[in-house]
Amino acid sequence: MTELNVKPPPNHDAATNRDAANWAQPVDRLSAAGVAGATDDAVTGRRVSGPLQGFGQLWQKTFTVRLDGVDISPTDLIALWKERFPTFWPKGQRFYAPLSGIAPGEVALLEIEPLPGAPVRFSTGVLVLYADDESFTFMSPEGHILSAWITFSARRDGDVTVAQAQALERPSDPFDELAYMLGGNRQNDRFWEATLRNLAAAVGVASPAVDTQVVCIDRNRQWRYWRNVRNSATIRSARRTLTAPLRKLTGRG
Amino acid sequence: MTATVIELDQDGPAAILRIEGDVTSASEADLMAAYGLAAANGATAVILDFSKLEYMNSGGIGLLVTLLVRARRGGGRLVATGLSEHYRQIFSLTRLDEAIEIYDDDAAAMVAATA
Repeated sequence: MTELNVKPPPNHDAATNRDAANWAQPVDRLSAAGVAGATDDAVTGRRVSGPLQGFGQLWQKTFTVRLDGVDISPTDLIALWKERFPTFWPKGQRFYAPLSGIAPGEVALLEIEPLPGAPVRFSTGVLVLYADDESFTFMSPEGHILSAWITFSARRDGDVTVAQAQALERPSDPFDELAYMLGGNRQNDRFWEATLRNLAAAVGVASPAVDTQVVCIDRNRQWRYWRNVRNSATIRSARRTLTAPLRKLTGRG
Repeated sequence: MTATVIELDQDGPAAILRIEGDVTSASEADLMAAYGLAAANGATAVILDFSKLEYMNSGGIGLLVTLLVRARRGGGRLVATGLSEHYRQIFSLTRLDEAIEIYDDDAAAMVAATA
C-alpha cells in the first residue's frame, strides 16, 4: 500500500453518507403503527428519552458472553440476534418486533412483568435508534422505566466471537429510581444476563458464562426531571390493570 | 474504519478538541486522554470541533454522554462546533443538543464557552 503525504480536503457529504443509513430519521413523536398484537398506551405520541433526560443516577452496564467453540461471525450473529430478538428474552417478558424487523427508525413494543407472576404488566416500547451489520441500539420513549440507550453488538476476540449488550441508563422518575434502588437494578442485570445466556445457548454454547460490568457514571440525580413521573408507563399500566374490571362491567374495556 | 485523531488547541481556560476520523466506543481512550490533558492544563470550557468527523455510531454518541458527565462533574462546559446537518440531526434525535450547545464555528463557540 502506498501512503500519500497529502491529506485530501474533508468531504462532509461523503462522510455523512457512510453512517446516514444506519441512523433513525429525526422524529418528533413516536408511532407504533408498525407493530401488531401489543398494547400501545405509552409509546405512540411520546418523544424519545435518553440517559440525559432521566431523573436517577446514571449507570453503564456491560454484559458480554464469549461464544467459545462456535463458528459464527459477528455479522451473522447480529443478523440472527435481530431476526430472533424476542426469542432470547427471559420467560414472561414480551418483545413485539416491528413488522419490518429491527431497522433504524422502527418502533417495537414491550410488555414487562416486573416480578414473576405479578398481576401488572408494564406496556412500553423502544425506538431502533441505530443499526448496522455489527450492532444495533434501542432508545426508550418518555415514560419508560429507564431513560436509556442499549447497544447490542458483536466482535471478534482472537478466534472467538463475543456478544455484548451495553446499556447507558437512568431511572426515569423518582418512583422508578426508588424501585431501581430496591431491587430493580439487580433485576435488570439478571434480565440481560439471561438474554445473553439464551443467545449463546441458541448458537450452541454449552455452558455460557456472562460477564457483567456495572459502573455508576453519575451519582447525581437530575431533580429538574422529577416531573417525568407524569409520563410514567408504570403508573399508566397499573391504572389500566386496576380499572380493567370496571371497564369490563361498563363495556368500555 | 478510520482511526480517531484528536488535536488539542488550548488557549487559557478554553480548549478546542479537533476531532478527525471516526468516533465510536473505540475512541474512548483517545478522547478521554485529550480531555484529561485539557482539563489538567486548566481548561474549564472545551469545544468539540467536529468539522473533520467522518463517521459516528451509537457507541460514539454514548461516549459523548460520558464525556459530558465528566465535564459537568469537574465544573466544566462542553460545546460543539463544525457539525454537518446530518450530525446536527443525530444530536437532535438523541436529544444530545439539549445538553451540549451547538455553534456554527469555533469563534462563536469560543465566545459562548468563555462567556
